[in-house]
Amino acid sequence: MTDSLLLPVPDEDGAPFWEYAARGELRVQACAAPACGALRFPPRPCCPHCGSFASTWRETSGRGRVWSYVVPHPPLLPAYAEQAPYNAVLVELVDAPHIRLAGNVVVSADAPLNSVDPARLRIGAPVRAVFCPAGPDGSVTLVRWLLER
Amino acid sequence: MATLKDATAIAGIGQTAFAKRLPESEKTLACRAIMAALDDAGIAPSEVDGFASYTMEETDEVEVAKAIGAGDVTFFSKVGYGGGGSCATLAHLAAAVATGQASVGVAWRSRKRGSGPRPWKNTAVQLPTPAQWTRPYGLLRPADEIGMLARRYMHTYGATRDHLFNVALACRNRANQNPDAIMYERPLTREMYMTSRWISEPLCLYDNCLETDGALACVIVSAERARDCRRRPVYLHSVAQGLPAQHHGMVNYWNDDPLAGPAWTAARQLWKHADFGPDDVHVAQIYDAFTPLVPLSLEGYGFCGRGEGGAFTEGGALEIGGRLPLNTGGGGLSEAYVHGFNLITEGVKQLRGTSTAQVPDAATCLVTAGEGVPTSAVLLRS
Repeated sequence: MTDSLLLPVPDEDGAPFWEYAARGELRVQACAAPACGALRFPPRPCCPHCGSFASTWRETSGRGRVWSYVVPHPPLLPAYAEQAPYNAVLVELVDAPHIRLAGNVVVSADAPLNSVDPARLRIGAPVRAVFCPAGPDGSVTLVRWLLER
Repeated sequence: MATLKDATAIAGIGQTAFAKRLPESEKTLACRAIMAALDDAGIAPSEVDGFASYTMEETDEVEVAKAIGAGDVTFFSKVGYGGGGSCATLAHLAAAVATGQASVGVAWRSRKRGSGPRPWKNTAVQLPTPAQWTRPYGLLRPADEIGMLARRYMHTYGATRDHLFNVALACRNRANQNPDAIMYERPLTREMYMTSRWISEPLCLYDNCLETDGALACVIVSAERARDCRRRPVYLHSVAQGLPAQHHGMVNYWNDDPLAGPAWTAARQLWKHADFGPDDVHVAQIYDAFTPLVPLSLEGYGFCGRGEGGAFTEGGALEIGGRLPLNTGGGGLSEAYVHGFNLITEGVKQLRGTSTAQVPDAATCLVTAGEGVPTSAVLLRS
């Protein structure tokens, strides 16, 4: 990974997601009201279904399917232009299909953005999450995706 | 219940030249467009007491009002979400004029997007939510964000690049009739489209709008006053804004049905207050920052069913003489991209009978703002 790519700047609601990612866990915010339990993404202060401000972070299997993808070409920010064309995907989680995470399909956790030939990508392709420390001191961990055989 | 239906009208429109680079400042361009619109209406600047623009507009009401010589201003409003706010500026002024908060309202947009910076290059303002979930992965530009929905749309419904080309071509053909359009002398062919460079696959160069310097404005007064103005009134028949439940802005990736966007919400409100429906629309100006926004909007505003927006574009449907003549000045794709304001003024020209690609006897026009972000729309009638 090059460190000149943009890093996530977590907000208060999103911070737990990145803290769990740093431990190698893909967790999603869930309502903690006993009668509700609805998952929500992106994280937010209260549950849009029941209004509860109580929440927890539920572990997922880390397995997903490609919902869609783009292949950006320049003009781009310089660090991205260097690796373009690359893929950017939206992955729907097998455990919660309405939750879709943006990411990149790569050949290994720390491989370049363009390490997978875009011709190998298909909507519906099964993928699994991997975790890649990034930033000057590994301060934030990105969630990336490997194609499953 | 009180209604805005036909209570107000557009009495004047004005615009500057459109170009990749104009020498004057955004503030000067704003003033020129506004003065032109007031002159078109035959209304003195000192009578202006209402303003509306976009939150992204960098010239504020204070600067505009004192430059043009406005009097006491009693209503001013700014609408968010970039190009989603275009028609809402008219809606806010219509509400203000109809309820007596102002009597002469000016809506405007001035932008040097051709020679100025690209907003997506400013990472400092884009990294907070929801950017933390998307931008690190290289979804940097609106073209990347909309491209994601476009590919899913094509996959789900069988829409093709030829359908997107139909949109680009209709806009270019109208621009080729419009001397003010940036692409006036530049015809587009299918071969040019299919062999052009990618911006963000599946979107190519011609799926993306222009980058333009320019400004436009229009003047809104009561229907009664408009009948005494210099031009034939163009009535605001119905207006609407739309922010759907669980919508997420340009990265609308996290609800049950991401392909049914703000257009659907705005449309329900728009038609609820209208005396006519989609089949009675003679000409449409549909926000076209990217070609796939057009089939999505055709579905959202009820011109066809879910998934039929691509097929709707076939057989010259969007051309003059087709089922729904589209973006008759050339639109954002081929006239100028000024956050959709040129779609509003072109709608007015159609209903005045003065468009460079006039639809015979056009009496009703739908104008929409940006789909894929919290949006707005107006129905105009003569």
